[in-house]
Parts: sequence; structure tokens; C-alpha cells
Amino acid sequence: MDSAGLGVRRAAAFVAPALLLIGVFLVFPALWTLYIGITNYQLTGPAAANPRVVGLDNVLNAVRDPLFTNSVWLTALFVLGSAVIGQNVLGFGLAWLLRTVRPSLRRTVEGLVLLSWILPGTVVAYLWFAVLSRDTGTLGMLLGSPQTAWLVQYPMTSLIVFNVWRGTAFSMLLYTSALAAVPPSQLETARLAGASGWQTVRDVVFPHIRGHVLTNTLLISLWTANDFTPFLLTAGGPNHQSEVLPVLIYRQALESGQLGYASAMSLLLLLGNLVIALVYLRLLRRRA
Amino acid sequence: MSPLWMVRRIGFYVLVAVVMAFFAVPMLWLASAPFDSRPGLGLRWPDWTLDNVTATFDHPYALTSLVNSLVLCVIATVVTTVLAALAAYALSRVRIPGRDLLLYLLLLLSSVVTGTAAMVPIFVMMLQLGLINSQFGTALVIAGGMLPAAIFILKDFMDAVPRSYEESARVFGASPRQVLAHVVLPVARPGVATIFVWAFVNAWGNFLLPFLLLRDVGAQPAAVLLRTLYDEGGSANLTVIPVFSLLYSIPVVVLYLFVNRRYGFRFHGGIKS
Repeated sequence: MDSAGLGVRRAAAFVAPALLLIGVFLVFPALWTLYIGITNYQLTGPAAANPRVVGLDNVLNAVRDPLFTNSVWLTALFVLGSAVIGQNVLGFGLAWLLRTVRPSLRRTVEGLVLLSWILPGTVVAYLWFAVLSRDTGTLGMLLGSPQTAWLVQYPMTSLIVFNVWRGTAFSMLLYTSALAAVPPSQLETARLAGASGWQTVRDVVFPHIRGHVLTNTLLISLWTANDFTPFLLTAGGPNHQSEVLPVLIYRQALESGQLGYASAMSLLLLLGNLVIALVYLRLLRRRA
Repeated sequence: MSPLWMVRRIGFYVLVAVVMAFFAVPMLWLASAPFDSRPGLGLRWPDWTLDNVTATFDHPYALTSLVNSLVLCVIATVVTTVLAALAAYALSRVRIPGRDLLLYLLLLLSSVVTGTAAMVPIFVMMLQLGLINSQFGTALVIAGGMLPAAIFILKDFMDAVPRSYEESARVFGASPRQVLAHVVLPVARPGVATIFVWAFVNAWGNFLLPFLLLRDVGAQPAAVLLRTLYDEGGSANLTVIPVFSLLYSIPVVVLYLFVNRRYGFRFHGGIKS
């Protein structure tokens, strides 16, 4: 097994620096969230110097806080609309359709999709201001209704469409490589049997890529649920209508200074993420 | 060439055109607004000028922030790539009980924690360590968040390096360090390059962590400055924003073109079911 002659000690030395960084900047903060979450720690004021342990009060307050429940629903809507449905369907659709077109067209489309994925988030926010803003915005111009301030009147819909634009590339790449693993002979058989495109996808392709679909959905769901870019577009407004959880946590922690309370919300977000991950892992295992 | 076939063909290309427009239209602003004499948040044929470029270069923090971005990004990227390569190699070659489960857990944790869930403790920790406004500290936090995914992907590449290469090298008396440097790394170079580019693009665009941890405008990277240009004084500084957005986007676009030409943008294994 040890063809490189590493030996356990040297192997440990190779792994240690990475584990140290992960431990200090990832695992430790995650554990600390648990602790801060049960205190009344604040950014300023008396509770900043001497935080007191308040037990599960923060969590109970959060669950009863209409801002928090509102935010949970918005986050669920955001994940379901933009990731589970939007990016998944468009990403698969692109991977499926682009198999057959000529390479130059394929490269152009893929290039555009990838570019929207790798441009920096702050730049992308301006690009979408230019699309959605009132009076001069591109969308208003195209639809002939320049008076519509899309980000104010339809904040959640705007965020969902934006996130589909932003994140589809990952699903497209993943499904493209997954489709390459579907045996061409089976596709050919389905074609000869006169199956429609939809029947082919459902009966021939899907059984082969079920694992990819689950992995993809898990990753994009987690990323979307923890995405901070909505802050750049709407900052949660107007009047909390697009305040997804990451934005709410940020505003509670740094704008209101309620570090303990915000940590308790982080804790609930972490738990939510864990539940999603476990559900997917179960589904994945049932396949095997 | 039945009529039905024609209709379906036309429908197909209309669909592709709509999708292309959906992805392309938002980006056009980046080509028009920087060179427009009256740039706005909207798309129009520009009244060509280079005054905005001059104004951007005169902005007191514009160039500094790009240099800051570069410093932050290079530290985070190099740390991530080097440490991930070492760890992925060792994990690929030595069997440690529970290795795969550990990796999977770390990957899940990183996709959850790096975003926003841990921002309070990270902020408090850096505050108490006196590392607020430290570019090095911020770079390490960014690297810590990227490491699990980097190790996860790189391990796949390392697994694909044939062991017989290393065995032959050892027969000729190479030390493990030499085996890694002269045999494994050259073979796994596409993987290492992928991780390098991936880490660079991620660190370059990272907004939240520098926004939290670098409060001094002289230390802030481009991502944060670009945001400040929008907020300060209540209205957006539209002379500087478009040109600055363009300048700030160029490095990732260049890197993307390079990778696309050299390796092709594909998942090589990496993520499997």
C-alpha cells in the first residue's frame, strides 16, 4: 500500500499543516458558534465585557421572532426556487441540449455560462443593478416598463432569477461529465425504439446519473442556503422582504451588535444544513 | 426534412438563443458603461470616452485595493495549493482508518461554515487575536475555508497517479520528498493547476471575509472597495465603478481563458456520486 515509502510519521507531517488551518479557522469557529449562541454576548455595552450564559433563551427567542421565521421561509424559497429547481433544471437542460450542437456554438454558450459563474460577486451585483434598476435598467427597457423597480417590487423573484444566472455553471459542468458516462448504445436503442426526448431522459439517462443528481443538488443547496450575495443586491430589503438567513445573521451581529443572538441563529442554520445533508446521504445510500 | 423536423429544429435554436441572451445581456454593461461619458445603471450605446479610466486611476484607493486583492489572493492561493497537495498526497498513499468519512465531513463542514454561519466567531476570534486589519490573517482564514474542498478534489488526481512510477523511483534510491517533487507533482500537474485556479478565483471574489475582517480602507481588497463606492455618500460613484469593475474582472477572465485553452473546463472525476 505504501508504495511511496512515506511511512505514517511523514504522512502525518504532510497532513498536519492543512488540518491545523482547517481546525483553527473552520472547526473551532463552528464549535464556538455553539458556545456564543448560549450567551448574551454583544458587540458593545456591558454584555460585551462580561457575557452571561443564558442557555437556550436565544434559540427560543429566535424561533418566536417573526423576523427569523420570515427569514427561514425566504431561505427555503430561495434554495428551492433557484438551486433545487432553477440551477438543476437549467444546468441539466444545457448539458443535454449542448451534446448535439456543433462545437463552436457549444463553446460559446458554455463560455458565457462559465463567465457568469467566475466573475467576482461584487461586480456581478452591479451587472444586475444595470439589468433591474428603475428608469434606465435593461429589463425595463426590453419589456417597455421602465417605471418598474424590480429589486424593490419583486425582490425575491429577482434574487432567484439572479442566482440561477450566477450558479448554473456548476450543474452544467457536473451533468456534462455525468452524461458522458451514459453508454451511447443505450441512447441509440432508445432512439430506435422511438422514445421521445423526455422518455429517454427519464428511463435511460436518469438511472445512470441518479448519484450525480443527488450530489449536485446537495452541494448547490448548501451553497445557496449560505450565500451572502443577496446582501449585495438587496441587503435584505425592502422591509425584510428578501432577508435570507445569512443576511439576517449579518445584520443582527454587526448592525445590531447582538452577537449571542446572531450565533444562535447561525447554530440553527448549521443544524438546517446538517439535516439537508443527512437527508441526501440517506437517499444516496438507499440507491446503493 | 419533414415540416415537423424543421419546426423542432427552429424551436431548438430559439431556445439556445434565449438562454444565450439570458447569460450575455447582464454582461454587456461591463463593455459599454466604462467607456460612456454619462455611465449609468443601464444599458445603452456608449458616447465613447476614456475620462472614466483617468478618473479611476486618480481615485486614492482604486489601485491600492487591487494590489491588496493581489496580496490577499496570492497568500491564500499558495497556502491552499501547497498544503492541499501535501495532504492529498499523504491521504492518497497511506491508509488511515475513517479517511473517506473524515474528508466527506470536512467537505460538508466547509461548504456550510465558510459562508456565514461562523462569521460571528471568526470575527470575535480575529478581534481577540488582534488580527483585524491583518491581510495575512484574513488570507489564512480564506485558505482554511478552501482547504477541505481542495484536498477532496486533489486526492482524486493523486489517486490517479500510477504507483509503479513511485516504486521505480524508490528502487533508484529517491527519497519520499524527491518522489513527490519529481514524480508525483509533474504527473498530477493538471490537478494542481485546477486547484490553483479554483482557489485564486474564489479568493479573488471573496467579499464577506475581507468585509468583516479588514475594516481599514487602506488594507481592503477590490471586492470591498467596489462595494464602498456604491454606499458612500448615499449615491453610487458611477464614474469609477464601471471601469473599476472591469479592471477587477480582468484577472479572473484571463485565468479562465488560459485554463480553458490549456486544460479545457471539465470535471475530471473529482466529484462523483
